[in-house]
Amino acid sequence: MAIDIENLLAEANAGLADAQDLQVLDDVRVKYLGKKGLLTEQLKALKDVAPEQRKAAGQSINQAKQTLQQNIEARKNQLQQALLQQKLSSEKIDVTLPGRGQVSGGLHPVTKTIERIESFFHSQGFVTADGPEIEDDYHNFEALNIPESHPARAMQDTFYITEKYLLRTQTSSVQIRVMEDAEPPFRIISSGRVYRCDFDITHTPMFHQVEGLLVDKDISFADLKGTLLAFMREFFEMDDLQLRFRPSYFPFTEPSAEVDIQCVQCRGDGCRICKNTGWLEVGGCGMVHPQVLKNVGVENEEYTGYAFGMGADRLAMLRYGIKDLRMMFENDLRFLSQFN
Amino acid sequence: MKFSEQWIREWVNPGIDTATLAEQLTMAGLEVDSIEPAAPAFNNIIIGQVLSVSKHPEADKLNICQVDVGQTENLSIVCGASNVAAGVKVPTAIVGAILPGNFKIKKAKLRGIESFGMLCSAKEIGLAEAADGLLLLAEDAPVGQDVREYFQLDDQIIEVDFTPNRGDCLSVAGISREIGVLNNQALSPLVIEPVLPTIDDTFPIEVQVPSDCPRYLGRIIRNIDPKAATPIWMQERLRRAGLRSLSPTVDVTNYVLLELGQPMHAFDLAKLDQKIVVRRANKQEKIKLLDDSEITADESVLVIADAQQALAFAGVMGGLNSSVTAKTSDIFLECAFFNPDTIRGKARRFGMQTDSSYRFERGVDYTLQQRAMERATQLILAVAGGQAGPVSEVLSEADLPTRTAVTLRQSRIKRVLGFSLENTVIENYMSHLGMQWQPVDDGWKVTAPAYRYDIAIEADLIEEVGRIYGYNHLPTTMPVANLNFVAEPEAHISARKIRQYLVNRGYQEAITYSFVDPEMQSLLDPEAPVVKLANPISTEMSVMRTTLWSSLLKAAQHNQARQQQRIRLFEIGKRFTQIDGKYQQETVISGLISGDISPTQWGESPRKVDFFDMKADVEGLLALTGDDDAFSFEAAAHSALHPGQSAQIMRDGSKIANIGTLHPDIQRKLDLNTPVILFELSYTGLNHGVVPDCQPISKFPMIKRDLALVVSEEVNVGTLFAVVESMAEERLQHMEIFDIYRGKGIAEGHKSLALSFTLQDDSQTLTDEQVDVIIKKILVSLQDSIGATLRE
Repeated sequence: MAIDIENLLAEANAGLADAQDLQVLDDVRVKYLGKKGLLTEQLKALKDVAPEQRKAAGQSINQAKQTLQQNIEARKNQLQQALLQQKLSSEKIDVTLPGRGQVSGGLHPVTKTIERIESFFHSQGFVTADGPEIEDDYHNFEALNIPESHPARAMQDTFYITEKYLLRTQTSSVQIRVMEDAEPPFRIISSGRVYRCDFDITHTPMFHQVEGLLVDKDISFADLKGTLLAFMREFFEMDDLQLRFRPSYFPFTEPSAEVDIQCVQCRGDGCRICKNTGWLEVGGCGMVHPQVLKNVGVENEEYTGYAFGMGADRLAMLRYGIKDLRMMFENDLRFLSQFN
Repeated sequence: MKFSEQWIREWVNPGIDTATLAEQLTMAGLEVDSIEPAAPAFNNIIIGQVLSVSKHPEADKLNICQVDVGQTENLSIVCGASNVAAGVKVPTAIVGAILPGNFKIKKAKLRGIESFGMLCSAKEIGLAEAADGLLLLAEDAPVGQDVREYFQLDDQIIEVDFTPNRGDCLSVAGISREIGVLNNQALSPLVIEPVLPTIDDTFPIEVQVPSDCPRYLGRIIRNIDPKAATPIWMQERLRRAGLRSLSPTVDVTNYVLLELGQPMHAFDLAKLDQKIVVRRANKQEKIKLLDDSEITADESVLVIADAQQALAFAGVMGGLNSSVTAKTSDIFLECAFFNPDTIRGKARRFGMQTDSSYRFERGVDYTLQQRAMERATQLILAVAGGQAGPVSEVLSEADLPTRTAVTLRQSRIKRVLGFSLENTVIENYMSHLGMQWQPVDDGWKVTAPAYRYDIAIEADLIEEVGRIYGYNHLPTTMPVANLNFVAEPEAHISARKIRQYLVNRGYQEAITYSFVDPEMQSLLDPEAPVVKLANPISTEMSVMRTTLWSSLLKAAQHNQARQQQRIRLFEIGKRFTQIDGKYQQETVISGLISGDISPTQWGESPRKVDFFDMKADVEGLLALTGDDDAFSFEAAAHSALHPGQSAQIMRDGSKIANIGTLHPDIQRKLDLNTPVILFELSYTGLNHGVVPDCQPISKFPMIKRDLALVVSEEVNVGTLFAVVESMAEERLQHMEIFDIYRGKGIAEGHKSLALSFTLQDDSQTLTDEQVDVIIKKILVSLQDSIGATLRE
């Protein structure tokens, strides 16, 4: 009897070792442990065993059964692992193949530039203002202290629609629109398209300006210098970028200045971009002319303010190393996608 | 404006080099544009005198010249110029000379005859753009002298770009004055002695409009030599200022204009009838000008006339009929002060700008005329001889400009510039600038000199203080202001958000010109009332776009022509129309897709984009509002779009957008090789949304039921959805369409729609019976309203 069990177990183990898949393994299980399995039959046959031997025989059968169950489980794990390994190796992919689906696009470099500039000024409490592009003579010229026949009008080649209406030549017109409708203090940033009748290698008939205006009770030219210095250093991410202010003339500011930054290419040593001067002109600025404040009903003894205007296209070109102005509005995808 | 540096240094000569001087001017607001040598580099060109000329034996056009160059031996030089003659003095390049352009002069043989140098034209030594023969020098030119020395060519031409407020700097005197201020240095005054009349002749002057011409000086000079030559030094100074030498009288008036800033004019006395009349032009009065053009003036134009007719465009240009010619021996010299307001804008109105109008518009010193008249007389007599009569002056003192005292406060300087200067420093600046000042409480009363038209208010003086001190020496501070929250309403859909969404959907942002080709415009939107530019750059950029499609399509053409297979562009910008004479400028978001749906890739078969690809993008855009239910798509025609693939988008009953496939006929005309899908959406139609209002989620299970319905082709899916939505069945959570089938088993003219309904209740698990009732209700409603039947 004992020998039988031993043999049976050895036989079953051999069957397990031979089983190469889960089905055969299960067949082995059924053969020995199923309802009519060989070990199960042994248990059933216990009733015929002499009572004094029955206990020991029962124990050895149960032990064998337990051992076999463990062995089956172990073999099953083994087979499952092998199966998984096989599956995994068959599912291997080339992870260097490109991903599928849509790719994202990108913003125009001028928009990127304007958004950055606006963010800097928003962080200082400036709010965005907007104005019409077809502007009337009053807001574009008269209110900015540029009456009809003023020589400054010849400085800006204006696109006219009628005698009274034109395409705005500067974002400064927005200053007027904002100030005439509200009370000081003002902290305004306004950007957008402006138009001048000029088309050559360094001019496009449409371009973008960013205009800033700060009117409050104690604003000075020193504050204007400080603001633009801080801004330019942020914009170009150069902590030691130098600025210079040259006296200039704009009818709507007094004092007025042109703003030059140290050439961001050669850092002032002189190169092709700065025409060997070491400086790049980036905008105009000044203290808001008392007459302009008066025109919009702001008390000009109590309030002072500064205004500045910068060429966004020029800043974009300098920031991103765009050499050819003509590329800006051609909208060639090979150009645009470089700013994604 | 260009100046000879030498000339300026005669007036004021601070001990600084050219580069420092230029930097100083630029930083004082007189921007130096360029500095160029007065002549290109060359050497060993000396003054030679041709002693004899003999024909070359082998060449008709060549001569063999014996030239004295002040050396022990004369040079034999072969020359081809037609104006070579015995006795003339010419620039002579000797062997070893280097001409402009690094052209070396060597001993040479010309048709068998040896030549030891070259006789030069003005062009060959870089003094003129073109030349007709040799440059003949004055009889007194010293033989053997270096030409560079003779012409004083070691000089720089400084070009300054003046702002319109600085009319006072438009002369050597003016710019020198400025340099004097910057260097705290006095000018070497130009002494002008009055010319004593040698004849008594005068010519009557009648100023009818003294407010336009407060001061008019005239003087007769008789018996000038019309054949006299302008001296070389004067010619050179004119040349370096960019002016051509024309005749002694004209050269002198130009010279005085450059030197003092006073425009003058000389009339041929013989051509004047009775008197000079300064008056406004008559309506439609024609004046033939010096440059051979003719203007038709009106009452706003000031003219100089005689008893008969208008002769000159006052302050702008002289007339042809009264001008000084090569035969003129008697002249009438005019030196006037015209009111800047009268002259301003007039030249520009007739498409002109002259050195004279440029200065009168900006304001000429109204005290300068006597001095300028004497200076010009002196120079004319010196150059061309003649006898001068006395100066006649017609003056209306009351009409001269006045200089009112402006108060300058120390406290205001501090306020505006953000810093203070010692009183004495400011007083010193004012004195150097020619200002009269007297101290008052907290500052000064300051009166500007006659040549400064730009000092009218305190801010103008503050600018002068800052400018002379140097803007870059002023302090640099950050403004101090009250904090102020600037928050955007949460439900506001900013342009920035919209751009970011479209970029994430694979679009590239374009920026295109707002003015377009009228042909493209009328091709797309023929009915729209366009806004035209009065003075466009070109026809292709002459009308304002009524839709951004016109410029986006151009960008698509550009890219397709450059082998781009997949184009996805958007732009945010304004479109322009007019309604009842009022300009409408509306910001819109416009998009264009064409070509492949996705970039070329493995594992996906390529497909061209269609209407629904763009519709999904636009729906996503509308969803930014969080108010999706407010929008609906309706089939609607548009002149630019395919009649069967065109829709308008409505928001609460108002149209906010168009979307569709570009009309195939337009696609063909534009040479686009794949279909193009377009949308254009009003920014104000999109820019406001809703703040989310959170609803509880049901705890009970969802039940899905699918239905296949057959409807006529005429029935839109949108209509079907609307019918179901109108039932307001609360437990119907969601409804979607997952297939459309036509063909076998479905009657001709019909389609089968596979729909999926999701049902859920907030308070209980729905039973099959309850669901059946709802579905049945939906089916009945669809049968009744759109004739839908259950597919068999």
